[in-house]
Amino acid sequence: MATAPPSTYSAVTLNINGEKHTLTVDHRTTLLDALRERLDMTGTKKGCDQGQCGACTVLLDKRRAVACLQLAVAAEGREITTIEGVAEGDQLHAVQQAFLDLDGYQCGYCTPGQICSAVAVIEEHAAGWPSAVTDDVRPEAGPPPLTPDEIRERMSGNLCRCGAYVSIVQAVARAAEADAAARADRAEQGTEHEGAAA
Amino acid sequence: MKEFGYQRALDVSGALALLDADPDARFLGGGTNLVDLMKTGVERPGRLVDVRELPLDRIEPTEDGGLRIGATVTNSDLAAHPDVRRRYPALTQAVLAGASGQLRNMATVGGNLLQRTRCGYFADVTKPCNKRDPGSGCPAIEGEHHNHAILGASDHCVATHPSDLGVALTAFGAVVTYETADGPGELPLTDFYLPVGDTPHLETALPPGALITGVVLPPAPVAANSRYRKVRERASYAFAIGSIAAALDVRDGVVHEVRLAFGAVASRPWRAHAAEAALTGGPADAEAFAAAADAELAAARPLPHNGYKVTLMRNLVVAVLSELAEEAAR
Repeated sequence: MATAPPSTYSAVTLNINGEKHTLTVDHRTTLLDALRERLDMTGTKKGCDQGQCGACTVLLDKRRAVACLQLAVAAEGREITTIEGVAEGDQLHAVQQAFLDLDGYQCGYCTPGQICSAVAVIEEHAAGWPSAVTDDVRPEAGPPPLTPDEIRERMSGNLCRCGAYVSIVQAVARAAEADAAARADRAEQGTEHEGAAA
Repeated sequence: MKEFGYQRALDVSGALALLDADPDARFLGGGTNLVDLMKTGVERPGRLVDVRELPLDRIEPTEDGGLRIGATVTNSDLAAHPDVRRRYPALTQAVLAGASGQLRNMATVGGNLLQRTRCGYFADVTKPCNKRDPGSGCPAIEGEHHNHAILGASDHCVATHPSDLGVALTAFGAVVTYETADGPGELPLTDFYLPVGDTPHLETALPPGALITGVVLPPAPVAANSRYRKVRERASYAFAIGSIAAALDVRDGVVHEVRLAFGAVASRPWRAHAAEAALTGGPADAEAFAAAADAELAAARPLPHNGYKVTLMRNLVVAVLSELAEEAAR
């Protein structure tokens, strides 16, 4: 029996920056095009549209991904965070502030992708993930220090045609330091709290 | 891009049934290769069956001391797993050497094994290609082939398999498990990819309609002393022009056990059996390593513009085995 031709579009609900958006998409629509062309969220940029430049980097379930190779229909049910959702209200994310303070860009086109990627890099490093330039990947070796070499490797999926890499690396390093300090503070408070409870 | 249907499978039997019902359907994992190829028209499925959310996302120890890696485990989760990092460090290094952080978060283990070659003629639908359009010819043989195969190729196709992950899995004797409507099956990775011959469009020995469910790594104590090294034309985020996964166990200066696999030199990750045989039981020194590399590379048939790969692979074998021997001696 011949199969009936399948429907080539679907109604999907996308959870973006904490808000639900319901729309009907042609299955060919990438998450990148859905964001930009259908939902008017143009912060996420289209560079190569082939997964090679990182300009369209967003977070899916808190992990970085390229929106150009992610079909919108397949993103239903996932927690999507774009550059529009990185700040907390008027309070910029530490990565955004560091990019501003250290001029981590020139033309700015790759910047939303760089920032989303850096937010995830800091999380990945804090979780103890090694990278391709980590000497010893065994868990016993502990997390590698986030050196400029480590940052360059971890950010290598984000190209900057202006070549603002020097200040991008500095900005990621500064944001990572701020993040590590905040984590240490929280850990200390947590310990004190536990001590008080005991 | 051609229009297509989309369905999400929630269990393995449902995925198999959806694929079986439509000869024009394909499984979708992370989509990092398939979606890209659909944009360029190389792949033209009429329906996608999304298998990313199947419950195949775990890494578990096997009873005999190996590891079972589910097909939908992402490259990132595989690389970060403590047991992989501790017992098969070259596997973590191989995964981390591939693609970018973004792509590793999306890509799955099953999809990685089924990714297509990055040959420029394969990717360009305006060009002939025996892999994409059987019988149309192979322009790479007389054309741009500086990153094409030196081992196991044929007059019909000289494309390479681009996986890094697959090279380490091949060195460690991994077995691919799959499910079909008629029941489960398994294939050692060394038999998973078919010889090129005159059928370069037939890439794997998977039965039609089969779904990869995972990869089983047999116990391999030698793998604890292992390394993956990748050579590429820029420092990061590029496909290999040559890579090697190696593991070495030296006892009293003699090679007790060695594992070697090459990447970016053949249509499949290349297990270097001849080199392993030449080394086992012999001295663990640079001369022996070079002789073993020569034994493997005697079968190389380089093209006019990729002869450098023979030298490159020889040097990689000597360098990486020397480092592993030195570390083992400490």
